[in-house]
Amino acid sequence: MNWIVENLWLIPALPLFAAGISALTKQKGRKLAASLAIGSMGISFLLALCAFAHVLALRSSGQATQQFFNFPWFQFGNDWLSLGWVLNPLTAVMLVMVTFVGLLIFIFSVGYMEHDENFTRFFCFLALFASAMLGVIISNSLLLLFMCWEIVGLTSYLLIGFWYFKPSAAAAAKKAFITTRIGDLPFFLGIVWLYSQTGTLLFYNNGAGALEPAAITHLLSQTTATGMCVATGIALLIFCGAIGKSGQFPLHVWLPDAMEGPTPVSALIHAATMVAAGVFLVARVYPLMSAHNGVAGVLTTSTALQAVTWIGAITALFGSLVAVAQFDIKRILAYSTVSQLGYMMMGLGVGGVAVGMFHLITHAFFKALLFLGAGSIIHGCSGEQDIRKMGGIRKLMPITFATYAIAMLALCGFPLFSGFWSKDEILHAAHHWNISQLPYYMGAFAALLTAFYMTRQVFYVFAGRSRLTQETTDASHTDPHAHAADHHHGSGAIHESPAVMTVPLALLSVFALLLGFFGTPAWPWFQSFLDDSPLAVNFGAFGEGGILPVMLISSLIVFLGLGLGWYFYGRRPIVSAEAPDAVGKLSPSIFTVLGHAFYFDALYAATFIRLNTLLSKISDWLDRWVWNGAVKTITSLVFGFAHLDNFLDTHVVNSGFDEGCEGVSLSGQVLSRLQAGRVQGYLKIVAGALIVFTILLLWKARA
Amino acid sequence: MTQDMNSFPWLTILTAVPLVGALAVLALGGRNKVLVRWTALAFSAISLLITLILWHSFNSAADGFQFQELHPWIPSLNVSYRLGIDGLGLLMLLLTAIVVPIGMLASWQIEERVPLYFALVLTLQTCLVGTFTALNFFHWFIFWELALIPAFFLVRLWGGSGSAKAAMQFLVYTMVGSVAMLLSFLAIFLSTNTFDFSEIATMGQNGTLMPAVVAKLGWHLLTPEHVALVIFFGAFLGFAVKVPLFPFHTWLPSTYAEAPSGTTVLLTGAMSKMGVYGFLRILLPIFSPEMQKVLTLLLWLAVATVVLSAYTAMAQKDLKRIFAYSSINHLGYCLLAIFAVAKFTSGDAVLTTQKFAAMNGVFLQMFNHGLTAATLFWFIAMLEKRTGGARGLDDFGGLRKVIPVFTGLMGIALFSSLGLPGLNGFIGEFLIFKGSFPLVTWATSLSVIGLLITAIFILGVIQRVFSGPLKEKWGQLPDLSLGERLTLVPVIGLMFALGLYPQLILGVVNHTAIQMAIHLRNF
Repeated sequence: MNWIVENLWLIPALPLFAAGISALTKQKGRKLAASLAIGSMGISFLLALCAFAHVLALRSSGQATQQFFNFPWFQFGNDWLSLGWVLNPLTAVMLVMVTFVGLLIFIFSVGYMEHDENFTRFFCFLALFASAMLGVIISNSLLLLFMCWEIVGLTSYLLIGFWYFKPSAAAAAKKAFITTRIGDLPFFLGIVWLYSQTGTLLFYNNGAGALEPAAITHLLSQTTATGMCVATGIALLIFCGAIGKSGQFPLHVWLPDAMEGPTPVSALIHAATMVAAGVFLVARVYPLMSAHNGVAGVLTTSTALQAVTWIGAITALFGSLVAVAQFDIKRILAYSTVSQLGYMMMGLGVGGVAVGMFHLITHAFFKALLFLGAGSIIHGCSGEQDIRKMGGIRKLMPITFATYAIAMLALCGFPLFSGFWSKDEILHAAHHWNISQLPYYMGAFAALLTAFYMTRQVFYVFAGRSRLTQETTDASHTDPHAHAADHHHGSGAIHESPAVMTVPLALLSVFALLLGFFGTPAWPWFQSFLDDSPLAVNFGAFGEGGILPVMLISSLIVFLGLGLGWYFYGRRPIVSAEAPDAVGKLSPSIFTVLGHAFYFDALYAATFIRLNTLLSKISDWLDRWVWNGAVKTITSLVFGFAHLDNFLDTHVVNSGFDEGCEGVSLSGQVLSRLQAGRVQGYLKIVAGALIVFTILLLWKARA
Repeated sequence: MTQDMNSFPWLTILTAVPLVGALAVLALGGRNKVLVRWTALAFSAISLLITLILWHSFNSAADGFQFQELHPWIPSLNVSYRLGIDGLGLLMLLLTAIVVPIGMLASWQIEERVPLYFALVLTLQTCLVGTFTALNFFHWFIFWELALIPAFFLVRLWGGSGSAKAAMQFLVYTMVGSVAMLLSFLAIFLSTNTFDFSEIATMGQNGTLMPAVVAKLGWHLLTPEHVALVIFFGAFLGFAVKVPLFPFHTWLPSTYAEAPSGTTVLLTGAMSKMGVYGFLRILLPIFSPEMQKVLTLLLWLAVATVVLSAYTAMAQKDLKRIFAYSSINHLGYCLLAIFAVAKFTSGDAVLTTQKFAAMNGVFLQMFNHGLTAATLFWFIAMLEKRTGGARGLDDFGGLRKVIPVFTGLMGIALFSSLGLPGLNGFIGEFLIFKGSFPLVTWATSLSVIGLLITAIFILGVIQRVFSGPLKEKWGQLPDLSLGERLTLVPVIGLMFALGLYPQLILGVVNHTAIQMAIHLRNF
């Protein structure tokens, strides 16, 4: 076996090591923590490239591109539970993406978090996050994946709540952890169910793994009491975990609030990598997700994949609708992320692993770029996050503007940018879906909205003149918690960020621009790499299978979105921060509903949270009054018993039921001198009761 | 019995060491408190050392009990002094040996009647060791009951303002349970003329126990099944109160809250395991046919224990009450798995494998809960020491700013309690769910609600105590001292070690788990 396969564990272990060291480092060890995190991530990136090269080499030599390494972990019963890691194209692609984007964001953070007093801790958490995320990627065991998955959840919690002194950040962190855990519990049940059905949690194990044909066939042959196929049941339970982690409807509510964390965190965790873990999970267990008892030759889609598609389509549309009516620069991007994650899920559902994963990879680059750009803007605007108060930043921060524009066009799916190719594939697959056309129309409408809200944001932020008032900048100076907001500089003037922040931006924008060319219909390298299928350059592919019409339509949609955005926000410069929103004016009530994200938070607060609080109060009340009342009754019964048995005095006890009771009684006497407690009395009662019942039993026995 | 009958009396020595320590501490008198504390700690260290020797020389592949001691005691009653441990007993001894020093360290700040306090702690340790090693009901019961006395005085004399009431409730409640249990065993003794656990269990498994009891004590008003159930519920009550199982749990929160935190460490860390131990050692082997008859009821009780105690914890405002209910919740998972193991499976090989998983999960969960809960109450003790006794959820806020190391380490213990993978709590819960799910699917599925609610209230504690703006009056709170950090290192280290490599424990207890699950009556 190849060196890199055996040592794949080093990729997550190095950042873990860095996190461990910096956890023990004092706050002053800033340089140490940052260099450890960046250094370990750099080496992991190089190792990830090795792994990628290894898979490429295997592929070019015609060998199987999947290799794994399993080891026993612990023993229970007559079995050992084994863990392991697997290197295949999916692992390789994700490893390179996460280590590369992560590395750039770590570097960006050095500048961004420069003035934070908990700088050391920040890099500790970042490194721990990277380690857990890389663990999720390489796991060859659903259990190991789940464990890393939960630690990813922990680091997300720690980083969202990084500015712990802000109550809103602490609340958002808790909300994120709890909401994702709601999805994780069905996931957990899915794991134990799968384990009990297949006897293994390893994905691949020379034919004995849970994702290999033997196990899948077994799962398909079983049905539950309700008639559901066991494979479907398990797949749906596992998908619940993905819904929570990837902010899918209806568990999306935590993701916008997660923007309370520092912006690099939003970029790395809540846009590029962690939230994609759910999408990755579905891709990883795809053989299980797509398993169905179909008739040979008839095109069918498994129930689980139908669920994935519908949830994805709803989320894509929902996120983009809500993003239209937001004013916080980061919340717009957050809802955009929700929407794009929905796209990825939909892609997995309608098109398969390669389609969903391709969008995951391109999105990771341009969305990280958007968030880092937003961070740079917030940094430059002294912590202001309201787009109505920005404006005119194009001239003041030219590098940020240029990179932001590239990322924005990529997100919109502007022809030839990376997002264009990946999004188009999803739409194309949805167009050909055998179940329903509706997801296609939902996706297409979401694409229109995406182009529109991004144009709106860009005009608000970059065009016209600055609407940043003197008060904003002054207020953030005097506020003792000003460092809580995303800003650290003393100067109120808008300024371009330092090179440590702009260089990562530039690098990411190159990828946002070019990455799509690895997966065009004419040269679908990415798809063939993931599917392990042959690859050929074929420009004729554009003309086949209705690709070109879909492409043209989605291009038109993008232009329409951009045009509408310009019509509402670009034609006339926005002059005042107080002016009502151009679209909001059309129908204020709808705009308000969108602005509040369809009031899902309020709905959950009024239903689930309230029910939960109510249940806890009822439990507490039952405990205090009902169950405790029972105890009090028993206590008084015992006291009554004590009076009845008063005639059984000490010497009856001492004359000895047996030696043991004497011991008890003696200790009681000794201790009772310490405190006029009534222990002895109770011991007497016990002994007395014993004697009475012994006599009774003996008598019965004789009779 | 594969081992030679009377090995070197390690277990008797282990039982006696803390008692000798208690006498030594009393003899020292109250003039030099520092000396008293260190002497007590030294004796607990000796116990730990002996336990580690046992751990090291234990043969984890052998059947039956090891380090056995068997001496005739009261021939007329057929009572013998029989000691021995299997993997379960050994694990409980290790837990006791770890928890007692933690309890002592958490009691370091006690200034009143110091010798008596530490003497009682050491006496309690003797009782615990006795309970975990006795193989004859007779002296097992003596230790079981004796344990109440030091616990009662520890709560009564050093507890908070409501301690008199709480201690009395604790005593009365557990004693009622014990009396019921004692009566059941007297009935069994009268029918079988033995108090030996192994012998009674053998009769229980081959189906001769209850017919013997009915033949001897049959009552014309009760059918044989009813007699069997009455006997079972008598024994059941004793253990259900001790664990505690819902709805016999109401003594626990007030006792845990009123006891000095150092004592709560002992109560939750070690004493609460006596009940679960009893379920495993006594109830399950002897009464599994009866448990199968009322399995649905038992499962509902376990689910109620898990879910309702978690919900009740969420409603509490006192840190100690929160973790008292959390303690009930965690042991509820043990009971869920024990009842799942009791399920009648007619020898199905696949389901028997699930029972192995569940059983191992119970063992791990017992140890992990003991370690984690003890550590949490230790942290509360340290917090009380700094704040002069404040422990209300709303008394604090933003403490992370002034005591970051404390926050970090207590955070680790809190996440361990939450069951975060990588820390000790997770694998036990995983094995419990993994084993119970195929056996009792509905009960296991309902119990996951407990996992969610636990996360909610634990994160609530972090949010209210450590996050948010700092309350002014805590601005000068001192962080952990070097001594405190050094004593915490091994405990926190153990949490990580067991989380990353659970084989440390499973390798030792697995064989016992298999034996216990496989010997259950299944026909």
